[in-house]
Amino acid sequence: MKKVSVECRDIRLSYGDTEVLKNINILIEPGEFFALLGPSGSGKSTLLRLIAGFNQHNAGQLLVDGKDISAIPPHRRNIGMVFQSYALWPHMTVWDNVAFGLVERRLPRAEVRERVEAALALVGLSTFARRRPNELSGGQQQRVALARTIVIEPQVLLLDEPLSNLDKKLRVQMRRELLSLQRRLGITTIFVTHDQEEAMTTADRMAVLDKGVVQQTGSPATLFDFPANRFVANFVGTMNVLEGAVRTRNYSGVTLSVDGVGDLAIPVHDDIPQGDRLAASFRPHSVRIDAAGGNADAHYVWLPGVVEEREFLGEFVRYAVRVGEQRVTADQSHFAGLSQFQIGAPVALGLEPSQIRLLSA
Amino acid sequence: MSTHNMKFPPGLMLVALGVLGFLLLFLAIPVGNVFYTAFSNADGSFTMGHFGSFFQQPLLKESFFNSLYVSVMSVIFASLIAIPLAYLTVRFRFRGALIIQTLGVLPLIMPPFVGAVALQLLFGTSGTVNLLLQDWFDVSIPIMDGLNGVIFVESLHYFPFILLNLTVAMRNIDGAMEEAALNLGSRGWRLFRRIIFPLALPGYIAGASLVFVKVFDDLGTPLVLGITNMLAPQAYLRITQVGIDDPLGYVISVLMIVFSILALWLSASVLRNKDYSTLQKGGSSIQQRKLGRWESVLAYAWIAFVLLLVLSPHIGVLLLSFATVWSYAPLPDGYTLSHYAAVFSNSHDMMINTLLYCGLAAGIDVILGTAIAYLILRTRIPARRWLDWLASAALAVPGIVLAIGYLRTFRGVELPGTDTVLTSTWIVIMLAYSVRRLPYALRACVAALQQINVSLEEAAASVGARRHRIIRRVVVPLMAGGMLAGFVTSFITAAVELSATIMLVSRDSDAPMSYGIYLFMQSASGRGPGAALGVLAIVVVAIGTYASHLIVERASRRTRSLHAIEQE
Repeated sequence: MKKVSVECRDIRLSYGDTEVLKNINILIEPGEFFALLGPSGSGKSTLLRLIAGFNQHNAGQLLVDGKDISAIPPHRRNIGMVFQSYALWPHMTVWDNVAFGLVERRLPRAEVRERVEAALALVGLSTFARRRPNELSGGQQQRVALARTIVIEPQVLLLDEPLSNLDKKLRVQMRRELLSLQRRLGITTIFVTHDQEEAMTTADRMAVLDKGVVQQTGSPATLFDFPANRFVANFVGTMNVLEGAVRTRNYSGVTLSVDGVGDLAIPVHDDIPQGDRLAASFRPHSVRIDAAGGNADAHYVWLPGVVEEREFLGEFVRYAVRVGEQRVTADQSHFAGLSQFQIGAPVALGLEPSQIRLLSA
Repeated sequence: MSTHNMKFPPGLMLVALGVLGFLLLFLAIPVGNVFYTAFSNADGSFTMGHFGSFFQQPLLKESFFNSLYVSVMSVIFASLIAIPLAYLTVRFRFRGALIIQTLGVLPLIMPPFVGAVALQLLFGTSGTVNLLLQDWFDVSIPIMDGLNGVIFVESLHYFPFILLNLTVAMRNIDGAMEEAALNLGSRGWRLFRRIIFPLALPGYIAGASLVFVKVFDDLGTPLVLGITNMLAPQAYLRITQVGIDDPLGYVISVLMIVFSILALWLSASVLRNKDYSTLQKGGSSIQQRKLGRWESVLAYAWIAFVLLLVLSPHIGVLLLSFATVWSYAPLPDGYTLSHYAAVFSNSHDMMINTLLYCGLAAGIDVILGTAIAYLILRTRIPARRWLDWLASAALAVPGIVLAIGYLRTFRGVELPGTDTVLTSTWIVIMLAYSVRRLPYALRACVAALQQINVSLEEAAASVGARRHRIIRRVVVPLMAGGMLAGFVTSFITAAVELSATIMLVSRDSDAPMSYGIYLFMQSASGRGPGAALGVLAIVVVAIGTYASHLIVERASRRTRSLHAIEQE
């Protein structure tokens, strides 16, 4: 099967005065597993439905395999979609559900049988063909929905929050199954989710959407390590953000007057945004937490603080530390025998300069 | 110990026994008596012989098949009218949808036998349409001839049952169901046939089975159209002309009940485990789209055509009520108000009778309905479900059968303290109304009670109220909207009930409006006043329907706001 690319060029969509999608530009490579990540109302589902043909954009181009498909009605696009609610037809058996698209294509009976059997085998439901959807568990329904879509060999596979109706354990398992299936079929897949963990664990690349705007596109590691703005920084993973006015800006770095904390010299040289106010952001696991009054390693940027809260999470301990008028989250890896800081204990937080990102405030 | 935890609270048991007594005495025993008579010899021994002689009589056999034929054809024609209309309202966003919703109730507010006369004048062999067709094209369509006429009248009258049920069912389909099919390459007619209609099938079947039963049981329409070779007219003629002891009348009654039950059972068994209302919380229904230019021309043309057909009985009756003479002419010769004057001066007894019987019957229905609803939803009295089933079984009992059962069961029974025979009074008419309409009131009451969160009653109990005080101060006030809607529904449907009425009216002074209309319509000179009385009945029913609609709307708005508070 030929792998195809999907490209959105300057796509805009509004309902009346409400702009739902603003100038969307995304290029999805052939065979890629691509995630659209964003909070509810960000426009990610709207974009997915637009690719399926259920929404029509007001401006821009939607290209599949280099050809604009904007004018093609949904039933002729051959872009398979798995719905969040699965949308399995309750009046049909599993078999009939899966065979539906093939019957619509008027394929010979023998071929329909062969392909339905293969699709059911692929999702491990061969013995459930005669059941009705309401006799299946959530995970099984999900697989039927998947089989029903891939059996028509769509050129693109769309998944609308496919795991949100499953319980947590099943979600992790289905996530892996989805990925291995996608790898085997090699089909270009677009996956909508509001769960950043889901997006990061499965996607080759992803786009983060907010308020109808693509905030950043890139691999999960890129988005995690080098968020383009505060929204991406906060939405993908947990992030500490210390905002303040720029005092000095020179070859040795930037000095910020952090609100409620005071001056903070940050030895960062590259990629420093313009503006009078900046935000220093860093991940909790990159913060070193020491007892106050020890020997300060000059490699780090140190902040004095007091432990306010403590959560024991097994692999690590998460501390909420009061620094001036701000709160900083710091994770400390946990090992047997390692003692924890008590609440109220004065501590020193060490920031590794290479792990600090300066963002526009 | 509070009465809430007792299995047999004495007060409630008394109420339950009272309800049971009423249902046994005025429903189960009379109907049982009909069955018993159909299966027994004069000496009381069991026999199937009456059924044998039924099928040996060509006329009765013909009547049986005619009834089946008319019912099935009526369902088909009603479906042809209703399915496109339902699809139009759900699929497209256009103003015609509002017209269709109005269309949906208009036919129901006129008893079919009233419309039958008007349709005869408009579509009969020498009716308006055929006279014009003959003048212009020298053709005529036999739309009102014989059984065709019954089918035409019944399908025009009962199609709303299918329309309303089907529309609701289609609205409950999750939009994703359709999108999934589109996504897999389906569209248009195939999409409708393979996905949308099957998903709405439960609603369709519920409506269609109701149409079947109603047509199969209808006595007034065939009688008014002069058709006697159907089951209901045959039962009527047997009992009134051969006598109350003629076993064949009972055989017909049994057949009518069996087919009603069969149709309802069939629809129930098809519907079992088929809750296809797939609409999910937060999901949206099938996407509506705007009609294209030619599509809307077609849609409006179709709606206009159906509207004209549906309104033709109403228009006909209205014309007739103002007509001096109207026969062998496309339109009446002249117009007058004298029929209304005649009706008001001569027939006000009938109006008072209708108000009295239907008011009492609807009152009984609401009381029984509330009691049964409370017993099944709020108590653990054993066999409480049986009360529900027994009361609902009245749906499957044709009016004429219930009437025959009364005549036989209460034959010679005198009112306590007098020497008047029960069956010679209006009380039996009123009782027949209340038993026949109880299922409607019951459903309204059950729905109303179901919407009341039980915690409201528990709150009253927790501050020290006892059960009867809770019922009076919390349950009944909150249920009032549903009870009133049940009252109105019972009232208006009883007001146009004819089949039991014809059998049970023993004196003209006891006759209600429905019987009066029927009597007037028998003679050419009576048609004018009959139509005038029919118009009045339509007005009463229309006002009642509108009132119940308003009441239900208001009540559901109130419970909605309650739910909104709960969720916050």
